[in-house]
Amino acid sequence: MTETIQHVLAIAKREWRSYFDSPVAYVFIIIFLMLAGFFTFSVSRFYEAGQATLSGFFTWHPWLYMILVPAVAMRLWAEERRSGTIELLFTVSVTPIQALLGKFIAAWLFLALALALTFPLVITAVYLGAPDLGVVFSGYFGSMLLAGAYLSVGMFTSALTRNQVISFILAVVIGLFLILAGFPPVTDLLARWAPVWLVDGVAAFSFMSHYETLQRGIIDLRDLAYFASVMAFMLLATQAVLKSKVGR
Amino acid sequence: MIKVKNLVKDFGRRRAVNGVSFEVEKGTVLGFLGPNGAGKTTTIRMIAGFLPPSAGTVTVKGIDVATDPVAAQKNIGYMPENAPLYEDMTVSGFLRFIAEIRGFSGTEQKNRVDQVIERCFLQPVKNQTIDTLSKGYRQRTCFAQTLLHDPDILLLDEPTEGLDPNQKQVVRDMIREMAPEKVIMLSTHVLEEVEAICTRAIIISAGKVVADDSPAALRQRSSSYNAVELAAKGQGIAEKTGELPEVGKTEVLEAAGDTCRLRIFPKAGKNAVPALLAAAQQQGWTIEDLKVDEGRLDDVFRQITTTEDTKEAE
Repeated sequence: MTETIQHVLAIAKREWRSYFDSPVAYVFIIIFLMLAGFFTFSVSRFYEAGQATLSGFFTWHPWLYMILVPAVAMRLWAEERRSGTIELLFTVSVTPIQALLGKFIAAWLFLALALALTFPLVITAVYLGAPDLGVVFSGYFGSMLLAGAYLSVGMFTSALTRNQVISFILAVVIGLFLILAGFPPVTDLLARWAPVWLVDGVAAFSFMSHYETLQRGIIDLRDLAYFASVMAFMLLATQAVLKSKVGR
Repeated sequence: MIKVKNLVKDFGRRRAVNGVSFEVEKGTVLGFLGPNGAGKTTTIRMIAGFLPPSAGTVTVKGIDVATDPVAAQKNIGYMPENAPLYEDMTVSGFLRFIAEIRGFSGTEQKNRVDQVIERCFLQPVKNQTIDTLSKGYRQRTCFAQTLLHDPDILLLDEPTEGLDPNQKQVVRDMIREMAPEKVIMLSTHVLEEVEAICTRAIIISAGKVVADDSPAALRQRSSSYNAVELAAKGQGIAEKTGELPEVGKTEVLEAAGDTCRLRIFPKAGKNAVPALLAAAQQQGWTIEDLKVDEGRLDDVFRQITTTEDTKEAE
């Protein structure tokens, strides 16, 4: 057990450092902050709305993450496979699940850092009005869970291929499906021929309803269970892919 | 320490390794030879616990590699083909990472990393990022990584590939120095390397072991083993030597007046030298030069692997 923790930590540390050893980290953080700011202020009109809430900020996260999180996740396994370092990693007593968790933790913390750097927005809202800090907290919490869910998808597609571009596109498409699954255009399309239980089933897959509940400040166990199970499922799927590609 | 039994690996419908068996004991430097695509890398990957065998078993110090790769790998230092490394890390950063994974921390980790840096002559580049290194330093960095936990078994897949002669010598010296306490298995297609450092050589071809012997014994299988190259002055040398009972075949390499240069192949298992010397004395030839061929490994290699290939093709 201690060995597992040690391996997970060593891999997480290496992965975390590799974000900052390359321009990836800085480019990502700057672009994320710029886009988040643009949507909040120019599209959602944070000032003009005259309300001390961050809903105009959080509402864009599913779309931002859809594009940006795959960019963070795509190299996690594709690069290891392309350069052959995966062979190194899996012959020094590291198991796929340890490597998987280490990489996931590092990437998730990195996303958390980017999200945390939006704190001036909270300060602004507090300065201008009296936002419900509970809602703000659950908004950030929900955004983290959403990022983790996207990340688990991106990690899965990264393990599928040694080509980062393919990994990126697959992750974006799956992400798009997970956003749209609950939207009327998709559900209407299905409702024409599919039985109700299937339509409801597909709609329940959507990130959106679960994410929106959290944005309203409601921390419902069912939503937590949803995000946790998406992540667990995707991580296990990634493990299965690695086992079949690597062979153990 | 390594036991390989009836090892088989299929990739789809292609059988890359087809029933390989051998055992290696401590103190052996095993050269693993074969033409490209013979299954060398696949076999080594299975021993290292990276690929699971389709059939057969590998045990390392009594541990079945397929069922408990984690435990088996603690006894193994493995250098994959082409020395893959994390390009964006520094040499010492990379070695610290592997040392950490191998379970060393604090001063112990620092000491071990410093030790292998010194041992593999990485001092001048230890703070450089790996993507700026020359091939020789890359290979040595990957080699250094295998030594961090001082394993009993080293598996090196083409450790000197792409190195210049001086760098090759450095790697060979390191291997030779460590040989007595370890099992070292290295794959290569450089035959001089096998002669230089290996105590045993296994040749595989089309996924099967086709020869398993010491390099010296393998050399003796060469058709030119014990062939005598003779330069002498005198009358009727070629005819007379051809009549000796020990001699099988004689080739005239050069002939000018009464001097000639011959290559004399003895009959199987015979030594032609004493008979030749006796004949020279009797006939009054002047021997100007005499060389006995020790046999050439590349001849044997070609002989064994090409016959196997043709069999396979039939």
